[in-house]
Amino acid sequence: MLRLVLGRLAGGLVVLWAVATFSFFMLRAAPGGPFDEERAIPPEVKAHIEERYDLRAPAIEQYGRYLENLITLDFGHSMKRQQSVGEIIADHAPYSARLGLFALAIAITGGVLLGVIAAARHNRAADHVAMSISLIGISIPSFVLGPLLVLIFSLTLFWLPPARVGGFASYILPATTLGMIYMGTIARLTRAGMLETLRQDYIRTARAKGVSERAVVWRHGLRLGLLPVITYLGPATAALISGSFVVEKIFQVPGLGFYFVASITDRDYPVLTGVLVFYTAFLVALNLVVDIAYGMLDPRTRVT
Amino acid sequence: MRSLWGDAWRRLRKNRMAVICAGFLAVMIAWCVIGPWIAGALGVDATTQDIDAGAHGPTWDHWMGTDPLGRDMLVRVMLGGRLALLVAFTATLVAVVVGVSYGATSAYAGGRVDFAMMRVVDVLYGFPVVVFVIVVMSVMQTRSLVVLFALIGAISWMTMARIVRGQVLSLRHRDFVEAARALGAGPGRIVARHLIPNSLGPIIVYATMQLPTVMLTEAFLSFIGLGVQAPKASWGTLVAEGAEKMVVYPWLLIGPGAVMATTIFALNFLGDGLRDALDPHTRRD
Repeated sequence: MLRLVLGRLAGGLVVLWAVATFSFFMLRAAPGGPFDEERAIPPEVKAHIEERYDLRAPAIEQYGRYLENLITLDFGHSMKRQQSVGEIIADHAPYSARLGLFALAIAITGGVLLGVIAAARHNRAADHVAMSISLIGISIPSFVLGPLLVLIFSLTLFWLPPARVGGFASYILPATTLGMIYMGTIARLTRAGMLETLRQDYIRTARAKGVSERAVVWRHGLRLGLLPVITYLGPATAALISGSFVVEKIFQVPGLGFYFVASITDRDYPVLTGVLVFYTAFLVALNLVVDIAYGMLDPRTRVT
Repeated sequence: MRSLWGDAWRRLRKNRMAVICAGFLAVMIAWCVIGPWIAGALGVDATTQDIDAGAHGPTWDHWMGTDPLGRDMLVRVMLGGRLALLVAFTATLVAVVVGVSYGATSAYAGGRVDFAMMRVVDVLYGFPVVVFVIVVMSVMQTRSLVVLFALIGAISWMTMARIVRGQVLSLRHRDFVEAARALGAGPGRIVARHLIPNSLGPIIVYATMQLPTVMLTEAFLSFIGLGVQAPKASWGTLVAEGAEKMVVYPWLLIGPGAVMATTIFALNFLGDGLRDALDPHTRRD
């Protein structure tokens, strides 16, 4: 187990380094800089700016210092805002995290429920209905669903706030929009996993012992049937992050995704690379946790 | 003894919803490709502006209404569909070519090469690859469609690679492959002539399932302003415009949004139907 964890950790560090390096050189190669203005900047001001953001030294030296700073978790300063990248992440990541967790909760609850119902009533009406619902969820793009929900629930029925972050209520629409797509995928994965599991011998044994159908499905079946869903959590979170770019933009949530997209148009390189490295580190850690959880849930793959 | 394809075709035809979806898609493609010409012959196009009339809801002259510049939305949606379908098919083709060659190579090479190649796929799976596309698109400053095809294809091949690898692994020690090898066929020929053709079923299924995903990716990029640029418009751009103005002109969102969602739904459903028809696992008789 320890070997597996250490191996994955080493792999994760390589990925982090690759991402940091890629974004560093990619962005230096980009035409146009954040300080390009219509009007020429006086040379002394320009020199001062270049000094502050370490743009004068040869690229390789800049790269070395950049990596050194990364190790001490120093992502540098934003070029457009009077804040360090670390502060921006600390300020805005919590909004994204709340939104993402809420969306994930909706997706998992709804998806598992639909999937189990579909598998337990395989090839019957309930199965077809549940699968159609999940397909509809997958097929409506978030940027269609989001505005539609706003149109219905905020602007016509006046039930929920349309945008901006306030209390719990203001998270309902964005989280539903974000969670819908993954709910469909989770439902389909659960259904497939459950169908596979319900054919196993130990399920037949449980039934033969007279365990009630409900306990067979929800207690015995679900434990193994959920494994594909757990493997999907890594990719789902990755997709949730890119999904948050759109949803945060639609609902004006001041989350990290919102600032990531803004930093693209602003050419705010330190923010871009910093957020990218932050996302990568988060996902590497998450995938590690998923791997370990998988091993603990399925005794067959438990590594000694 | 029936052939795999004949068998699959028979089962697909029994799946009424899948047939309806296939028909719907055929009509949708024809509608997007031929529609603008017919509309043009009838004197409606996507560029004629009528600012005095401005935006108005669906009428007999403009079935999907008009946008604030007075342009006909129906024709705009058709043209957007042309672009969306073009991007979807080309990018999927790129993804299939990359995925099939990667997966087949990995499985055929086996051992350490296979392990290393599949670890790369695992890593990419857990990563928001769309973010890379965003960075590359914003750095390259190009808005050319070719770059868009290549980039979307470059991030969409992983599932295909896994599926093909699985297929090739299960096929590569079968008797007919050994026979080909005994007759002196090299690895390239075995992969290209024996292993890949015998994996064609799953490849077609997953290519169909890839289409809606690719379509969503293109729309997503266009929505955040990095994909298709004005004056060209894809469904993604139309929906983005519609979302901005939906409070005042809801039909600008509902028209393109509904067309896009139904197309994606039909593609997903057809993909499911094809999988049920072609995957021997789910065979009931």
